[in-house]
Amino acid sequence: MLPSEFAALEPFSEWVLESERDRYSKRLASSMEEMQAFYDAAFPLLEQASDHLDKFPLSELPKQERNLLLLLFSLVNVSFPVEVWKQARVPDSGAAYMDLVVEPKV
Amino acid sequence: MPHFAKPEAGSWTENYPELGTSPVNYEDSIDPAYYEAEKEAIFKKTWLNVGRVEQVPKVGSYFTKELAVADTSLVIVRGKDKEIRAFHNVCRHRGNKLVWNDYPGEEVKGTCRQFTCKYHAWRYNLDGDLTFVQQEKEFFDLDKADYGLKLVRCEVWEGFVFVNLDQNAQPLKEYLGEFAKGLEGYPFHEMTEVFTYKAEIGSNWKLFIDAFAEFYHAPVLHMKQAVKDEADKLFNVGYEALHYEIHPPHSMISSWGGMSPPKDLTIVKPIERVLRSGLFGPWEAPDIEGLDPLPPGLNPGGHRAWGNDSFEFFPNMTLLIWKPGWYLTYHYWPTAVDKHLFEANLYFVPAKTARERLKQELAAVTFKEYALQDGNTLEATQTMLKSRVVTEFPLCDQELLLRHLHKTVADYVKEHTDAAQ
Repeated sequence: MLPSEFAALEPFSEWVLESERDRYSKRLASSMEEMQAFYDAAFPLLEQASDHLDKFPLSELPKQERNLLLLLFSLVNVSFPVEVWKQARVPDSGAAYMDLVVEPKV
Repeated sequence: MPHFAKPEAGSWTENYPELGTSPVNYEDSIDPAYYEAEKEAIFKKTWLNVGRVEQVPKVGSYFTKELAVADTSLVIVRGKDKEIRAFHNVCRHRGNKLVWNDYPGEEVKGTCRQFTCKYHAWRYNLDGDLTFVQQEKEFFDLDKADYGLKLVRCEVWEGFVFVNLDQNAQPLKEYLGEFAKGLEGYPFHEMTEVFTYKAEIGSNWKLFIDAFAEFYHAPVLHMKQAVKDEADKLFNVGYEALHYEIHPPHSMISSWGGMSPPKDLTIVKPIERVLRSGLFGPWEAPDIEGLDPLPPGLNPGGHRAWGNDSFEFFPNMTLLIWKPGWYLTYHYWPTAVDKHLFEANLYFVPAKTARERLKQELAAVTFKEYALQDGNTLEATQTMLKSRVVTEFPLCDQELLLRHLHKTVADYVKEHTDAAQ
């Protein structure tokens, strides 16, 4: 599912999600332990993965590379709970919601 | 001791003596009758930004805009002559909504050669002319020329499509005035990659503008967004803008931008350090024409520490331009005295590489984390204002734009009411 150099992230392939709505929903449905494990595996590879993906034009990413990028979008999403919140939800956000209804295609 | 110079009048607020300095009454945000007056006096009279030219790229491209606050729905379409027009979204036969899909209240977009009413198949061309009537001979002296779609004033400034329900309104550019003139030439047309957020907010529309027209709240409400040492520092320093300016009915706040990039990398989150992006956007500007030099309307205070300018185009559009070369808009669409639809659009130069796209993703996700905190506060404010336990609220010098907004609304409502008497 992912480029072979990033095989270590295969166990986290459920984080390869098409939309921000999917990524945010999965974040809300995940425990801190699950997000921490994903973060601990993916964050150290972020720089290397970006270098790898930058060898391709964004509009012509091969399937595995595209999956890797979607996985990194999820990493961005869980970075907030892991790095600052210590919880899945945004603190002080209560019942507020905000839907991303348009996002750039990759 | 202020960190940045204030005007000779002694404060930003006193620089505009017509605003006064006394506490402000928020009855305008809870009184249903006042809301009805705003609809007539403001939303049916002023220029409203409904989108951008990129949303109607070719002949026949269209989108609808629900304007509950003006009791109508519009369809915006690019005609055969490439002109963009706006029409009331109503069939002239029996008043059915002309353009919609399964749910009449939902906005739609697409491309077509003509509009056909799904009730009795009356057709209109892209210019709004009635071109076909089903069983035309059954009607009585019907002249199709008399039954074109109802046109709405529609003008474009720098790619932003505005409408005005008042046929006698002054031209758009005249209305937008000094601020818009000062922004002309900014490369909005290069920033076509869009993230659009929508939310229903349980507050009066003006209260969300209030929340985004001052940054005094940022070190407090958003304290947990920063790492602890930085949060403590921000809280102790508080917030001061670089510059404020008012050209009625519009206003602006100019702010510093220490996080883009930060002098001290330890104050930002690890993901920001790696991706070199965050709330203030990607730290490096895109390689396009038009950002250096910037149009004269940006950074009006001429500060070296400048980070962004936020323009409040009355009544309901915020245009916020960030130093690193991207911008965002907020729109607040009232649906009731205590409810509105909030829309935020983030506009970037299209990413060419995955790394550029990741920077944008981080900026967009960060925006949402902040905006959720802002949005959640408003419902609490609305309910307590409604209690009328407290009716007068003091506003500080960093809340100048709020004072201006509520006064401007009051002026419009009063003028309209006086004229009606």
